[in-house]
Amino acid sequence: MNAVAPTVAGIGLSHFLVLAAALFTLGLITVATRRSAVAILMGIELILNAAAINFVAFAHFSHGAITGQVFAVFVVVLAAAEATVALAIVLAVYRGFGTIDVTGVQSLKD
Amino acid sequence: MPGVETMVFYGLGALVLGGAAGVAFSRNILHAAFLLLACLSGTAGLYFLVGADFLGVAQILIYVGGISVLLLFAVLLTNRIGDVKITNRALGYGAAVPIALLVGVFLVAAIAIAPWPRTEAIASPTTARLGDAFLREDLLPFELVSLVLLMALVGAMAIVRRAVRGAATKPAVPDGAPAPHDAGPA
Repeated sequence: MNAVAPTVAGIGLSHFLVLAAALFTLGLITVATRRSAVAILMGIELILNAAAINFVAFAHFSHGAITGQVFAVFVVVLAAAEATVALAIVLAVYRGFGTIDVTGVQSLKD
Repeated sequence: MPGVETMVFYGLGALVLGGAAGVAFSRNILHAAFLLLACLSGTAGLYFLVGADFLGVAQILIYVGGISVLLLFAVLLTNRIGDVKITNRALGYGAAVPIALLVGVFLVAAIAIAPWPRTEAIASPTTARLGDAFLREDLLPFELVSLVLLMALVGAMAIVRRAVRGAATKPAVPDGAPAPHDAGPA
């Protein structure tokens, strides 16, 4: 066991929060500007990652509580489930429409 | 002289934000997918930095090893690589970037205003404590999430299976070719 507390010297909670906010903003830009459904999915992954970083940073900076990490694990698991289903839908849409351009997919039933 | 942790934080932060910027602004969707991999790896490094060892390894296994490869498969299966029109922007940077920046500035201002706790934990292995939490106070969400994973698995298979069967009933279209009503972007 290490006797000395390995503090993240000079790096506080707000550093992590600002980093996560910037990551969230970039994810938002990706979701808003892309037309490919897969690229929009990538933006959603960025947003989920920003949220998970926040959870883990809060867990670390509040007496090392474990609850934040539990939440982050759930975020990772649900992101995996979401990616699986969304990519299955993307493949189905591609077979039906021949494109995954979200502006070109306009009917629910063919 | 900044400490090692400070330098590691800024290095990982540059990796994360650089990858995310690549995802947001790269014209080539394949480049975006690979840069997403860099971004997710940097996130795993950040988890290690704050002592979340189990979560860092899970991030590498699930995100870098699973989701990224899944995304690459989707990109390669669905996109005509080199067709620039597919990766074109929808809303336009002129509208999207100011709105997103407004949200970002709002978030940063909120972070700057709010008082945050300064107590830092001693980094210690978290795997045993996480397992304890999953089997005691968080048992119900843990079991529910396994149900969600099962449903996602079955649902993904059901969706793609129906699509394959639908494609098989149209014998005129050879497998892998674009579907008949390929309207494309107008």
